[in-house]
Parts: sequence; C-alpha cells; structure tokens
Amino acid sequence: MNFHDTEHEASYRQKAINFLEQHAERKVIGQPGISSCLSPQALLKAAKEWQALKADHDFACISWSKEWGGPGGSAIESVIFAQEEQQFDIPEGIFQVSLGVCMPSIIKLGSEELKNRFVKPALRGEEIWCQLFSEPAAGSDLAGIRTRAESTSSGWVVNGQKVWTSNAHLSDFGLLLTRTDPTVVKHSGLTMFWVDMQTPGIEVRPINQISGQSGFNEVYFTDVKIPDSQRISDVGGGWKAALGTLATERLAIGGAKGADCRELVALASQLPCDTGTVLKDPQFRQKLADWYVNSEGINLTRMRALTTLSRGGTPGPEMSIAKLVMAEQLQQLCDYAMDLQAEFGIINSPDISEQAAVFQKGWLKAPGSRIAGGTDEILMNVIAERVLGMPGEIRVDKNRPFNELPVGI
Amino acid sequence: MDFDFTEDQKHLQQEARRFLSANCGTARVRQVLDEPDTPFDAELWTAMADLGWQGAILPEAYGGSGMGATDLCAIAEELGRAVNPTPFASSVYAFAEAVNLLGSEQQKSRILPHIASGHQIGCIATAEGAGRPDLECAFVDSSITGRKVPVTDGDVADWAIALANDSHGESLYLIELKRHGVSTSTLPTLDPTRSCAEIKFAGASAAPLGEAGSGKALLQKIHDRAAVFVAFEQLGGAEAALATAQDYAQQRYAFGRAIGSFQAVKHKLARIYVANQIARSNCYFGAWALESQSEELPRAAAAARIAATRAFQLAASEMIEIFGGIGTTWETDCHLFYRRAKQLSLFLGPINMWKERLAAEIEKQWAHADSHGGNL
Ligand SMILES: Cc1cc2nc3c(=O)[nH]c(=O)nc-3n(C[C@H](O)[C@H](O)[C@H](O)COP(=O)(O)OP(=O)(O)OC[C@H]3O[C@@H](n4cnc5c(N)ncnc54)[C@H](O)[C@@H]3O)c2cc1C
Repeated sequence: MNFHDTEHEASYRQKAINFLEQHAERKVIGQPGISSCLSPQALLKAAKEWQALKADHDFACISWSKEWGGPGGSAIESVIFAQEEQQFDIPEGIFQVSLGVCMPSIIKLGSEELKNRFVKPALRGEEIWCQLFSEPAAGSDLAGIRTRAESTSSGWVVNGQKVWTSNAHLSDFGLLLTRTDPTVVKHSGLTMFWVDMQTPGIEVRPINQISGQSGFNEVYFTDVKIPDSQRISDVGGGWKAALGTLATERLAIGGAKGADCRELVALASQLPCDTGTVLKDPQFRQKLADWYVNSEGINLTRMRALTTLSRGGTPGPEMSIAKLVMAEQLQQLCDYAMDLQAEFGIINSPDISEQAAVFQKGWLKAPGSRIAGGTDEILMNVIAERVLGMPGEIRVDKNRPFNELPVGI
Repeated sequence: MDFDFTEDQKHLQQEARRFLSANCGTARVRQVLDEPDTPFDAELWTAMADLGWQGAILPEAYGGSGMGATDLCAIAEELGRAVNPTPFASSVYAFAEAVNLLGSEQQKSRILPHIASGHQIGCIATAEGAGRPDLECAFVDSSITGRKVPVTDGDVADWAIALANDSHGESLYLIELKRHGVSTSTLPTLDPTRSCAEIKFAGASAAPLGEAGSGKALLQKIHDRAAVFVAFEQLGGAEAALATAQDYAQQRYAFGRAIGSFQAVKHKLARIYVANQIARSNCYFGAWALESQSEELPRAAAAARIAATRAFQLAASEMIEIFGGIGTTWETDCHLFYRRAKQLSLFLGPINMWKERLAAEIEKQWAHADSHGGNL
C-alpha cells in the first residue's frame, strides 16, 4: 500500500498546484471564504469566471472526453485536481447540479446534436442547468411526481409544480421529469425532457431557507409548450433515465462540506476553560477523536475507490456512505462547537462569532445536507437493499395505476 | 495511489480464509469455549505454525518468513473473522514484535525462533488491577517482584514482557515464566475462548529489554504496532458478524415477511456496514503506516484501533438484537462475537485511552499551525 503519485500523477498534481497558486488564494482556517462574503450576484459572476478560467486551462470537467469539450483526462486526474482545489478559496456551490448531475445525463441520453449544442457552454460555466425532479408530493418517492406532460399534435404541454430546485433562479436550462401517463403504474408513466427556463409559462419563485439564503426555488409550469425534439427519454422511459441521474447525483454530492475537525481544533485551542483551553479538556478530546476517525475514514475510503479506478476496476459501493456520515457529523459537530462557546454560541455573525461563524453556518446547513440528494433514511435503505441484499419494501403502490393511488399532503 | 491489498495479499488472504474455515469453524471455537481445561486450540496453533504464520513477519535469520506487515494484516483479518481461539495476538502481534524491535541480538536469536515455530508463546503483562493504578512491580537485585493482572495468555505463555520500576525509572523486562519465582493462575473472563491469568513475581529473574528508563515510551511503541494487527482482527470479526446477521435477516420471517425487509433492521445493518467501511479504511492506513515505518504510525494506529473497536462492538451487539431470543442462547454463535469484541476492545488498553492518544496526535499535527493562523 502506498499513497505515492505515479510519475504522471505527480507531475499532473504539480501542474494543478501551479495553476491554483497563480489564480487563487489558499484557504485560511478561521477566516470566511469568498463564497460566503460575496453577494449572490457577485458570487455568480466570480463562479462563472473561475469556471471559464479552469476550462481555458483544461481543469474543468477533467474526465470529460475531448469530443464534448473536456480535456479527456482520467478520473484520477480529476480527483487530484479536486483534492488540490479544495484547499483554495474559490467561489463554490454554483455548478454542482449543472455539471455533477445534469450534464452527465445529457451526455448519456442526449442526441449528438443536443450534446454539440449544450455540453461545451455548460462546461465553461456560460450556461447553467437545474434539476427539475422533486415536487411537493414527491421527493424520496420521486416516481410519484404529478407534473403532467400531455401530447398534442404540435408537441407537449406541461402543467404542474416543481420544488426545491437548486439554482433554478440562476439557470438557463433544466432537466425535467414529467408524468405522461397517469393510468399506468407509476414507474411506467414518466418521461424526461430538457427545457429552456425562459420558455413562456415557467415561473421561478425563490424559497427562503433556514440559513437565510435562497438557494432553491419553486418552479411553476403553466401550459408550457415543449416540442417533442426536447424529449430525452422514451415516452414512459423517464424512470430509468432518472435513476441514472440520481446515481451520478449521489457521487457528485459526496461528503457535505463545512466545518469539521480542523475548525473544531482551531476553536478549542483558543477557547478558555478550567483546564486551560478546551483543547485540553478530556471530554472534548474523546469527541474529537471519534469525529476525526470518521472524517479520515471517509477520505481514506475515497482513496480506496481511487485505487480501484487506477487499477482499471469499477469502485464498489463504499463511497455511498460519504454523505450519510458527513452530513450527520456536520450537524453534531457544529452543535457541540456552539455548546463549547457557552452563551456566545448563539451569535451568528462572521465578524463577531468564533471562526467566522462556520459552526453556526454549518448547523443551519446540515439539516438540508441530510435531506438533499437522498435523506439519511433513503440512503440507509439503499445500502441495505442494494449493497447488503435485503428484500425491498412491501409496497402498496406497485401494481396499481398511478391515478388510483392513495394521496396525502 | 495504491491503497488496497495487492493481488498477492488478496490471494494470501483467501488461502488463510480457506484454511481457517476448514480448521477453525465455530465448532472448534466452541470446544475451547465449553472446555474449561482447554486454554486454546493447540492443534490449530500447530497447524498455523506449519503455515509459518507465527513467524510471518519475523526476519528469516530468526526463523521467520520475512513477509511484510501488510501481509500479516491480511492474515489477521481472517483470524478475526474466524474468532480464532489461540494466543496469536499476544505472541505474534505484541510479544514477537516487541522482541524484534527492542531485543538485543542475543535475545532475538535465543527467543524468536521458538516463537516463530510456535513451540513457545509470549505475552505482554502490563495491567496491575482495575483502572490505572501506580506501577508497583519492581526490579531490584536483578530480579522482579510484584503482580500483573490480568495478563492475556499469561497462563499458557513461556515468556512475558513486563513493565517495572527500577533505578532508572520505568523499564521493560523479559521474563521466562516457567521458572522459579513466577506463579500463574488462570482467571475466568468474559471470553473463555481466550486465556487469561494473574501472574505473581516473587524474585523472578528478568532481563532488561530496550533502553532502561524508557519503559513507558517503548511500551507505547509496542502497543501502536500491535494495535494495527488487532484492528484487523476486529475488522474481520465485524465483517463476519455483519455477514451472519445479513444472512439471518433474509431467512428469518415475522409478520409474513423476512425480517430484513423491516426498515429498523435494514438501518441497523446499514449502520454496521458504514462502521465497517470506516474501520477498513482506517485499518488500511494503519497497515500503510506500519509497513512504511511512517512517523504517522501513532496517529494511524490509534485511528484504526478506535474505528475497528467501534465497528466490532456495534456489529456484535446489533447482531444479537437482529437474531432475537435465539441470539441470546449459548447454542448460537452470536455470543462468540459479542465476547471477542469486548475482549479485543480491552486488550492493549481501553478505547478512551486510545482516543486520548489520538487527540494528542491531532493536537501535534494541527494546533501549532492553527495558533499561527496557518494555512490548511
Ligand atoms: C438543500 C436541498 C437542495 C435540493 N435540491 C434539489 C434539486 O436541485 N432538484 C430536485 O429535484 N430536488 C432537490 N431537492 C429535493 C430533495 O431531493 C428532496 O427533498 C428529498 O429527496 C426528500 O424528499 P421530500 O423533501 O419530499 O421528503 P419526503 O420524501 O416527504 O420525506 C419526509 C421524511 O420521510 C422519510 N421517508 C420517506 N420515504 C421513506 C421511506 N421509504 N423509508 C423511510 N423513510 C422515508 C424521509 O427520510 C424523511 O425523513 C433538494 C433538497 C434540499 C434540502
């Protein structure tokens, strides 16, 4: 076992570091990054510029083939770049859905024409995509969506509502899952399209999150006309297409970012308590050890998956644990970090709070991290059923037409 | 990046698994469990020695096979999976490693060949009662006096390494146990598939091991090395417990369906899977640090130890819950895992001690940079 880069990997890493050092600043513990300092508009602009710069230097979507405007690098190279990039203070959080979730589906499902039109501008950050899947009545049970697409002589007409659509307000296009046939069992009546977010009849309404930000939206569809050429699955084949999207989504999300052990140690080494600083408090040290083992465990599990890749294999299911572990940890660790600060923990201000309020921010973000991209419960079901081979749920919705299923709120 | 067992190591591991499923099935483990006069499976011990396992990583000059530490980790995982009822952990991971690391040329050539061949057994005697009392064992006038309790495998061992006070402070000593001045008595424990004793030294002759006065630090080194191998045993045990529970959950029916279809059961299994993956990754890091003689070994060993202890204890206790009533009986194998998980969690020191140790290592790694507002 070793962690050595091969000669090629080492020179690639050096190239990445050179690029990053030339164009960005390294993160500093205890100081707010630019992603949390900029206004939403300024962040968007900065993120687009950063993405274009990366594309110019062959560091955007590194493993995408040349055919689609990527540099055609290896999976290892893209991980090496990500490892280095995360140490720099760069504008984050804009392209995750666009490039991590939507484009892989377009590349997999779209026609040549579609790919020629869309992949390159998305890769350069010139166009942004959103994922129009979840609805008020269908999240975990995604196949329960109700947004209707009806076939007419001139194409499709879409009516309904999507919700929790990250970045819809910034997006140019969307990947849209609809119901085209409510009279068959629910998984069989779905169809996937792409849509231009400027199409008449689409209305985006921001939702205020508990963090105070508005990263996601409601998206209303009222008699939205979509030509059949924008259909990217078979009619009734939307579920299979969506499963592919969800699989990439879980990989793209990976571990939840935010405060972790490093920030906790920085905090504890400055907080006074009876034993000197909190860092010397035995109870603190026991908890720190537990969390550290998890974080390292996830990092190292990623190394194992990489090893499989570099040996030419397909990584197993190990990485499915990353989001489950890290989102839960984010919540607990931030909560504890605030307890350590006593009453002061309640203050939420980058200027006044300890460590530029990373713990307060993480605490507000964590509940969403535990839900986005599959809730804790759904992820545990997935592990138990797909990895450990447990039988599926007893289902009451499998053999009945969608329009005869019981509905709740 | 090459962070996994090599093909050769995987092959070695498969061979070990095949051998152990033929020679160390739970029926064999139970013989040791059920017969109070059988401290360990001597036949298995000899068969293991025939395969060269006891001397796997010892130098060839001392009768070993000169394999790498990671090779032994691969074997250790299988020994854990099989809940092996032998003094392997004491003799190989702790004692032999310690002698090889600290012993004089003469000590090594006198002792190690017998350990490698399985003809002799070594153990490590550190505890002196409940909690962490002051060290009382003392080395005076070239002999040792005092009491060590409990000593895993102390009743079957030929050799022990013990910590004692002397004129230099605290030092390590090598003691031949089947000699004048040593008396051992077997103690009942939670895991009768492993042996345990009280050892009394009354003027037993003892030879210094390693630098005088550095006993504590050296003992820590011994523990770090042993902890990585033990973590692999714990990982193997956790994987076996998960596999057994998985199997049972698919076969046992309640309310007209397999209990594995109930979410509460699924989520228990998923949590075990997660803990096992985290343990595996940390264990591999420990193996890497050991094999590459990295300065990061203390941190890697503690992390592996913590993750693997957590995983095995979770798997072993939840396994019984998943089995229901039958899991609480002597006849089912669940308690073999439950017992061994606890035994291994205390061997080499309890988990809170390892967490403290990890915290100290993290502090070394980070606190300095952070106090200067350092970079990531
Ligand atoms: C920050 C954030 C960003 C998001 N971005 C997007 C996006 O860009 N595009 C998009 O389409 N969606 C997005 N989502 C939606 C997300 O995918 C859903 O919220 C999620 O799948 C859960 O669905 P739900 O909200 O309807 O909750 P529900 O499915 O109603 O779940 C409610 C509770 O019931 C539990 N539950 C449901 N079913 C089961 C079951 N079978 N077994 C056990 N427990 C169950 C859940 O675990 C949860 O605890 C986002 C969500 C968040 C929080």
